[in-house]
Order: sequence, then C-alpha cells, then structure tokens
Amino acid sequence: MGQVVELEIPARPDFLEVARMVITTAASIEPTFPDERINDLRLVVSEACTNAIEAHASSGDEDKRILLRCDLAEDRVEVEVEDQGGGFELADLGDLPAVTDPARLDHERGLGITLMREVADETEFRSSEGGTAVRLVVYSTKRR
Amino acid sequence: MQFEVNVAPVGSWTVMAVAGEVDVATAPRLRKEVVALLGEGHDRVVVDLEAVDFVDSTGLGVLIGVLRRVNAVGGSLRLVCTTDRILDLFALTGLDRVFDVRASVGDATGESPVDSPEPTE
Repeated sequence: MGQVVELEIPARPDFLEVARMVITTAASIEPTFPDERINDLRLVVSEACTNAIEAHASSGDEDKRILLRCDLAEDRVEVEVEDQGGGFELADLGDLPAVTDPARLDHERGLGITLMREVADETEFRSSEGGTAVRLVVYSTKRR
Repeated sequence: MQFEVNVAPVGSWTVMAVAGEVDVATAPRLRKEVVALLGEGHDRVVVDLEAVDFVDSTGLGVLIGVLRRVNAVGGSLRLVCTTDRILDLFALTGLDRVFDVRASVGDATGESPVDSPEPTE
C-alpha cells in the first residue's frame, strides 16, 4: 500500500471541483505520473462523484456525505468513491442508441459509466440499497 | 478558471464562448443560456470551447441536448474546439460523428478573422 488520502465531501454539485482537485493534486505528487494520466484520473473521479451526487439527490439523501479514498502507489492510483444514495443496477442502465441514430440525441445522460470503463484501467461497481462503491484504478502507463 | 458563458453576435451566428470547467455544477447554466438564445430566435449557434479546462459526461450531455434543441427549431450548431483532451472525449464517445467541430470561431461562422467575445465581469 502506498500513501493514502481520504476526503469526505457533501453530496452537492459545488463540491465536485474540490474532489477533482484534491485527488489529482495528490496524484501529482508522484512524479512518474504523466499529465495525460492525471487528466484521465480527473475525468473518472468526476464521473464517479457525479453519479454519487445524483444518487443522493434521487434518494433525498443530500445531507449525507460522499467518501473518497485515494491510494497512491508508484505505478498506479486507486480511488474508491462511496456514497450513501439509493444504489443502482448496472443491468438497468441499458445501451445508448448508436451515434448515427437520431434517437441518440434524446439521451443526455448515460455516458459516465462508459467513460469510466474506457478511461480507467480497472473499474469495479458495488451497489446496494445502502449506497454504491466505485473502485477505479489508473496506472501511470495505460494498460490497454 | 471560473466558469463563464459570454454571448456575442458574429455575422449571422451567435457565439457562446464558454470558459472554465463544465460539469454537473456548471452545465445547467450552459443549458439555460442556450434555451434563452433559442427562445429569442437565435438558431445559428456556435459554442466556443477553446477556454474550457475540463468537461465530463454531464457537459457532453448538455451539448447533446443543445444539438437536439437547435435541430428541433431547424437551426445549426457548430462547436469550436482544438483541445486534444476534449476532442479525445468526442472520439471516445462517438460524438465526433454527431457534432460539427471547427478549429476556430472564424471557421465556424465564415466571418474571418474574428475573435471570440471577451469574457466580461
């Protein structure tokens, strides 16, 4: 295990920037992490926290908090984002229409999990009625 | 950089210059500005993303919604973006095939050379 940074934020949109900033600043301490991967980390943390904020809003639990735990190692950063929202079923999210389908424009949401899976090297989602935990791993060199 | 949206006419187009980070905290403002513009009859819209530091899926979603709204009134939407990080996101999501992305406001409006509207306090 490397250095660990923990952060707890209110489940509100105006704290999203703080979460991105803290995690990416912590990752920048490791000099082997290139800017490209820091930017990838910024994106996936934003996506995970946005989902958490929206989960709290949906379940009326905006007073509860979101916990971020960031484990910094020489070759990778592992971030876990835990919320206390209502949880979700990955299988219920469905697929978006193809980009060539005009119906694609009816869907403003639904890209976040796709982006997390594409950009992070490892993703894991654990969801229950008590909330959701998202584990994201970004290596200093992209694994795929 | 603080989130800002500044609107100015350029030829027959209305240019929205966006600055800062576009996420769940700020994207609703962008949506609101576009809805207001379309309500005023401005249906040829350029969204200039050159001063955007960061955009996530919520920002992309709002741009999708902007395109849907512009299409619904028979208008035109062009984006201005040369930032690799954002262009990569368009490519990753397939949205590079949905949006008309140009390299400059001049290219987008056909009014060359022009600058984006300066941010105002």
